[in-house]
Amino acid sequence: MNPPVLDIHNLSVDYQTELGPLHALRDVSLLVPEGKIIGIVGESGCGKSTLISTIIRLLAANARIVDGKILFKGDDLLGMGVDQMRALRGDEISMVFQDPMTSLNPVLPIGRQMSDVQHRGKASAAERKTRSVMMLERVGIPDPETQLTRYPHHLSGGMRQRVAIAMALMTEPSLLIADEPTTALDATLEVQIIHRLEQLQRDFGCSILFISHHLGVIAELCHEVVVMYAGEVVECGPTREVFLNPRHPYTRKLLECDPARIAARTKDLPVIEGGLPDLVKLPEGCIFRDRCDQSVARCATERPRLSGAGHTVACHAVVCHPVVCNLAEHPE
Amino acid sequence: MLSFVVRRGFTSLVILLLAVSLLFGMIHMVPGDPASVILGPKASPEIKAELNQRMGLDKPILVQLGSFYKNLARGDLGVDPFSDRKVSDIVFEQLPYTLALVLAAIGGATLLGIPLGCFSAIRRGSLLDRFTALMSVGFIAIPSFVIALYLLLWLAVKWRWFPAMGAGEPGDYVDQARHLVLPAIALGLGWVGYIARLVRASMLEVMEENHIRTARAFGLPERTIIVHYALRIAILPTVTILGLGIGSMLSGALFAEIVFSRPGIGKLLHEAVITRNYPVVMGSVLVTTAFFVLSTLLSDILNATLDPRQRDRRNH
Amino acid sequence: MTGFVLVSVILFVTVFAAWLAPFDPLEINVHNRLSSPSAEHWLGTDQLGRDIFSRVLFGGQIALKVALVAISVSMSIGLVLGMMAGFGPRWLDRILVISFDTVRSFPTIMFALAVVALTGPSLNTVIGVIIITSIPVYARVVRTQTRSLRERDFILAERAMGASTARILRDHILPNIAAPLFILASMDVPAVVGMEAGLSFLGLGVSAPTPSWGTILNDGYSYLRNSPWPLIAGGLPLIAVTLGFTFFGESLRDILDPKMRKKDQ
Repeated sequence: MNPPVLDIHNLSVDYQTELGPLHALRDVSLLVPEGKIIGIVGESGCGKSTLISTIIRLLAANARIVDGKILFKGDDLLGMGVDQMRALRGDEISMVFQDPMTSLNPVLPIGRQMSDVQHRGKASAAERKTRSVMMLERVGIPDPETQLTRYPHHLSGGMRQRVAIAMALMTEPSLLIADEPTTALDATLEVQIIHRLEQLQRDFGCSILFISHHLGVIAELCHEVVVMYAGEVVECGPTREVFLNPRHPYTRKLLECDPARIAARTKDLPVIEGGLPDLVKLPEGCIFRDRCDQSVARCATERPRLSGAGHTVACHAVVCHPVVCNLAEHPE
Repeated sequence: MLSFVVRRGFTSLVILLLAVSLLFGMIHMVPGDPASVILGPKASPEIKAELNQRMGLDKPILVQLGSFYKNLARGDLGVDPFSDRKVSDIVFEQLPYTLALVLAAIGGATLLGIPLGCFSAIRRGSLLDRFTALMSVGFIAIPSFVIALYLLLWLAVKWRWFPAMGAGEPGDYVDQARHLVLPAIALGLGWVGYIARLVRASMLEVMEENHIRTARAFGLPERTIIVHYALRIAILPTVTILGLGIGSMLSGALFAEIVFSRPGIGKLLHEAVITRNYPVVMGSVLVTTAFFVLSTLLSDILNATLDPRQRDRRNH
Repeated sequence: MTGFVLVSVILFVTVFAAWLAPFDPLEINVHNRLSSPSAEHWLGTDQLGRDIFSRVLFGGQIALKVALVAISVSMSIGLVLGMMAGFGPRWLDRILVISFDTVRSFPTIMFALAVVALTGPSLNTVIGVIIITSIPVYARVVRTQTRSLRERDFILAERAMGASTARILRDHILPNIAAPLFILASMDVPAVVGMEAGLSFLGLGVSAPTPSWGTILNDGYSYLRNSPWPLIAGGLPLIAVTLGFTFFGESLRDILDPKMRKKDQ
């Protein structure tokens, strides 16, 4: 049994700001097994970007990794030097970014950029070109030879994203991190890209860490899902399980708010009341308490930890069983 | 790409023709008849009549314009009334000296300025960065002829590190290079700082862009990213600025040539103005203007070569 | 900060030159020619024994007079032409832009020399040439701003409500252009002063014995090997003015720019 591709233990990351340290990630743990697609879902500000930046170690200057381990195939990434990390990037760990408009260099032809990505290894220019053409075919780009000579601004958004995926998979990485790759594309394109990604994952056998706030796409693509809120993991488990049987109040609310789920015609779209908490001055107890309608007394004082098997959740209200809690307390 | 070159080339040609017509027209806009203007008020009527005949100044304007263009197309810029030599010969004899000076100045400014700007961007806030910032504002503001005069005073006359006059022995490249140093510094010093600052600003902007993050995410070596990805984009404004700056460089070259007694078009023009040698004045200004227009065209083409986005833009 | 200080000092000293100058700038005293700086003559004397310091002060008057006249005239004309080009019909825009490009296609000093060859040297010719070559610069900036503002929603709204062109230009475009225009003007002062000094240096501007910083430099250049002081003295005010106004312009830009950006939002 191979070690999981990515095994994150209790990762905590702060940003130094004028107002004090901003606790962007707190005690985050997650697991990406070999050959699986794991989705991360959460609204803006939940810490997804910080998480990815920490994994590939391209953090902002004011970021501090406070605690935790990131095991990539058994080795701790956080213990590695700069050169070691750089050796992994683009080779074992690849990324596809969100905005295809700006993620590619505007003044270099596609072919050159795809060839540069293969900068490790002894392949000749001709061999690299052949491989680039092959990858472009795999992602479904017509007439790949011609496209190699073109510039990013000649291609449509969908095509650019396919190129980005081709580049990411070219070195056959063990882990592909996709940061909201379809958010900037329209719905029909999104479906195509997702199906293509599924197919490629089957062919290449890599693991994918797929970040999105589009629940439908997560449901379609991912084997497991991790729900994040304000820097913490609040729920985690097989996608079907979590979506059909959400246990954390936040997850439940998220699913309710998904426009695809709205059955009857209504005047107002459902929202989650309240706003994101201040990550500099953290509230005591559960981070979601202010916006939660099921909180119990314990939520104000004690931070909930992930518990459960297979389908885990960090919530007092769920695990609070009359037997466990003080009988004198009632849910608020 | 070809259509871009053709389009821009055509625009340049139109502008050049208009400029040349303006030059031609100036002589007729001044009060008094052209012959008096050219020869001075003291010229006798016979000499004036001869000039009128020779240059066709008594014919109607359009005819004159026509023959002017005809001559221009043949490369005939007229004859110098003092030495009876062809103006085109005189001008093109002096042109290489000026070109050498301008190229030396630009070359020096870019060779120093681009790396300076690049390092300032990478090592922000360092001593080098702050020194560059100060230098960039300081030297570009001061008129180049003042710098030339001070260089002459200290480095040539007082300390004798460099020659104070002339272009050097023909054929002796080392000597000629020595004679180029001070004038080139006078011309280029302001540009070093300006280019450095421009490159620095562009680099800082480019390094923040998403595609640089992508390149890093693919583990490309930092050197490759800085030189081949970022700098390539950051240099673009410099190319444009230099193309436009050649005009002011030509003006500055005039002063440098006079201060350092160097041969060149600037010196030629100055003397021609003093002696009211109008054909030579016209010829010199015409050739330098043509050169300026050509260099802006070349810089636009170079820009389009480096930045493919420019080629497809219709308007600017 | 340095910019403000320098500019204020320069303006004060120049305006009050007549009172501050210890000597008459034209007063000749051949016995004391080419002397080094002393308590009596702060910057020494030139080849005719004239006090250089006084000449420098009066030279400042010329420099700033030229700058004031040239910049205000070219800015005004440039403003009008730029707005016409930016706001008017396409054909007018095309003609104006080609005219601007044509004038700008001459290297400035060369153009000045060609004009002087025709009209003879004089300070007014210098001012005239500076104006003609500066108009396209201002006009272009105004044109660009006007064009970009023209497409904005609030302008379209005004037009829909029937506001006249003149009114739109005056009430909406003008305030948005004012700041960049003034920054440009203050950055232009060094260039204009430099040009006047340069042309006077070449003997094509003011006529002797009027002191212009350019003529002082020319005298210094001619008598370089006798005494370096006239040359040094002539260059100092130019350096002060060019640096001072450039710093001033930069500070101005720093102050006005963030405000401008806020206004945009």
